[in-house]
Amino acid sequence: MNEVETYRNQKFDFQNLFNQSEKTNGHVVPFLKTVRENAAKTFMEKGLPGKADENYKYLSLDSLFSQEYSYRFLQEIVHFDINHVFRCDIPNLNTHLVILLNGFYYGGKDRLIELPEGVKYGSMMQAAVEMPDVFQKYYSKIPAIKTDGLVDMNTALSRDGFFIYVPKNTVAGKPIQVVNLILSAKDLFLQPRNMVVLEEGAGLELVVCDHALSKKRSLSNSVTETVVGENAKLDFTVLQNDHNFASQINYHFIEQEKDSRVDTNTISLHGGLIRNNHFVRLNGTGAQNYLGGLYLTDKDQYLDNYVFVDHAVPQCYSEQFFKGVLDDRAKGVFNGKILVRQDAQKTQAYQKNNSILLTEDAKMHTQPQLEIYADDVKCSHGATVGQINEEAMFYLRSRGIPEKEARLMMMYGFTHEVISKIRIDSLRERIEDFVQRRLRGELAKCENCSRLCT
Amino acid sequence: MLIIKDLHAEIDGKEILKGINLELNAGEVHAIMGPNGSGKSTLAAVLSGRELVKVTKGKVLYKGNNLLEMSPEKRAHAGIFLGFQYPIEIPGVSMINFMKTAINEQRKAKGLEPINPSDFLKLMREKKALVDMDSSLTSRSVNEGFSGGEKKRNEIFQMAMLEPDLAILDETDSGLDIDALRTVANGVNKLKTSENASIVITHYQRLLDYIIPDRVHVLYKGKIVKSSGKELALELEEKGYDWIKKENDK
Repeated sequence: MNEVETYRNQKFDFQNLFNQSEKTNGHVVPFLKTVRENAAKTFMEKGLPGKADENYKYLSLDSLFSQEYSYRFLQEIVHFDINHVFRCDIPNLNTHLVILLNGFYYGGKDRLIELPEGVKYGSMMQAAVEMPDVFQKYYSKIPAIKTDGLVDMNTALSRDGFFIYVPKNTVAGKPIQVVNLILSAKDLFLQPRNMVVLEEGAGLELVVCDHALSKKRSLSNSVTETVVGENAKLDFTVLQNDHNFASQINYHFIEQEKDSRVDTNTISLHGGLIRNNHFVRLNGTGAQNYLGGLYLTDKDQYLDNYVFVDHAVPQCYSEQFFKGVLDDRAKGVFNGKILVRQDAQKTQAYQKNNSILLTEDAKMHTQPQLEIYADDVKCSHGATVGQINEEAMFYLRSRGIPEKEARLMMMYGFTHEVISKIRIDSLRERIEDFVQRRLRGELAKCENCSRLCT
Repeated sequence: MLIIKDLHAEIDGKEILKGINLELNAGEVHAIMGPNGSGKSTLAAVLSGRELVKVTKGKVLYKGNNLLEMSPEKRAHAGIFLGFQYPIEIPGVSMINFMKTAINEQRKAKGLEPINPSDFLKLMREKKALVDMDSSLTSRSVNEGFSGGEKKRNEIFQMAMLEPDLAILDETDSGLDIDALRTVANGVNKLKTSENASIVITHYQRLLDYIIPDRVHVLYKGKIVKSSGKELALELEEKGYDWIKKENDK
């Protein structure tokens, strides 16, 4: 079974890829056969989003997809001691650990673990087999997944990812931490598919860390569907710490019911190309959503945050707060759209994007958009792109703080506002440390994973 | 301590200081007064090392060294402190971290070890009491959301923490009510020793009711046009700046 198919083609040939994937895997779950075939058909019609697509104006997908990658249709059996390769060193952060290796769940025989309180976590495909009711109820059901072809591509090709289920009125005792590792001797194209389900009154703290370990090129097209039931609470922190050869496009679809609350913090420390798509639908009154993001980019890195928040019903609250520092020739994009539908009265929606450019070659495109069809709402948006405040620099220097240190203090102060929203104390402290070291020009990495990360 | 000789300086090509001469010794307080636009703040900017002011002629010696060649941080290490007319708000940078970094950088320049945390906290408490500063302010970001009075108090607090040899207070009295003015002046007086010196820049005489200067200089059109003892401040208060203007515009 340890079959590794290598896919090489100058031009992206989806049909060929899909056929190989179907042939290699067959279908353990009949439900998925239909879903995959439909998605493949849809992708063939839509294709990749092109430059004409407003949402992909600044990112050339064609050039990304015209490169050569190998593709794994099945999990490769790799034996490695996780403690030797990777241990995410967050002191006092006692978590249940889930490892995804090259997009596949990595663990022993037990591919879906049930905690005493009833929380289940593990492999997405295992959940499709073991929990068909839950799986089929939520898989590929969020309307926004129709957004563009990349999601269909993922639906058609993906063969695993992580799955978390928190039953009704259950609060996970400690956070779950998912570590996405890329470890490959070849350039790799991967398509993880993840799902997080919180039933009514459930609670979960989730931390996802992305680490490309091998210094090979990689392209990840990942999709996460998150369904948050009535009165449920989710705290979601994503730490992206890849290297300059790693590219990732990810879609996170969040669907929220009445009085639920979701806090997401996406900290992009490092990565050659990162495109985060955050789709939120507030689908029950009193739902609250906070999306926070911090990006620190340099060299020729590309960082792109796309946000779409859909206020579908009245009396919901949403806030988006993205900040970043761009150095060297880095390029950043923020495209944030808030849609307030006609019925969504008493909506409160706030959006802010602030960036600092450290050089003349760094660029930031920012485009906040409000589309409001209700008349009784409180909405605001704003964006700034600027340099470090030289008046403040002088103030610090006049007290004896050297220029370099003053600049770091200013940058750190700028990022602090976003970091301070992370609610898990030990995680926030660790991220503060990561950010400080990143700003000092040291690659922020976990202490215990020094060997392969450099 | 400070010798200024024939100092000329310009901002954006416009000459603001047109030949300033001043000598200040340890243990002295000098007041610099003058109407708006006379060059008072420009002088403070030159002394603290602001880049937007270009010195075109003359020299400034501080403790025998050429001050104009020193970076703002080097000046601070050498004991110069500027009390800002408009203190800057710096969101995200905490007062505590700011003060600790400033003190430790100054200690480093003197070859000293970083201050130990309990000594630092003790120092903070002591100096806050000295300027009657609300305790909660130091747990916030630098000047962020401070009222005008709190900002000025914060300047004197920082001065107390850093114990400079030469303090230049640029319009510290502006925007202060009489109680705040008294507290700020009281702080300055308590910090005065025979080893340090201050330059107090002010438009009004009222600050000088509380901080008694040894010399008062009147700056007008980029030059010191009159220097005298503390009685000059009272004379200015009584007559206004018009007689100075008349005398010099002749």
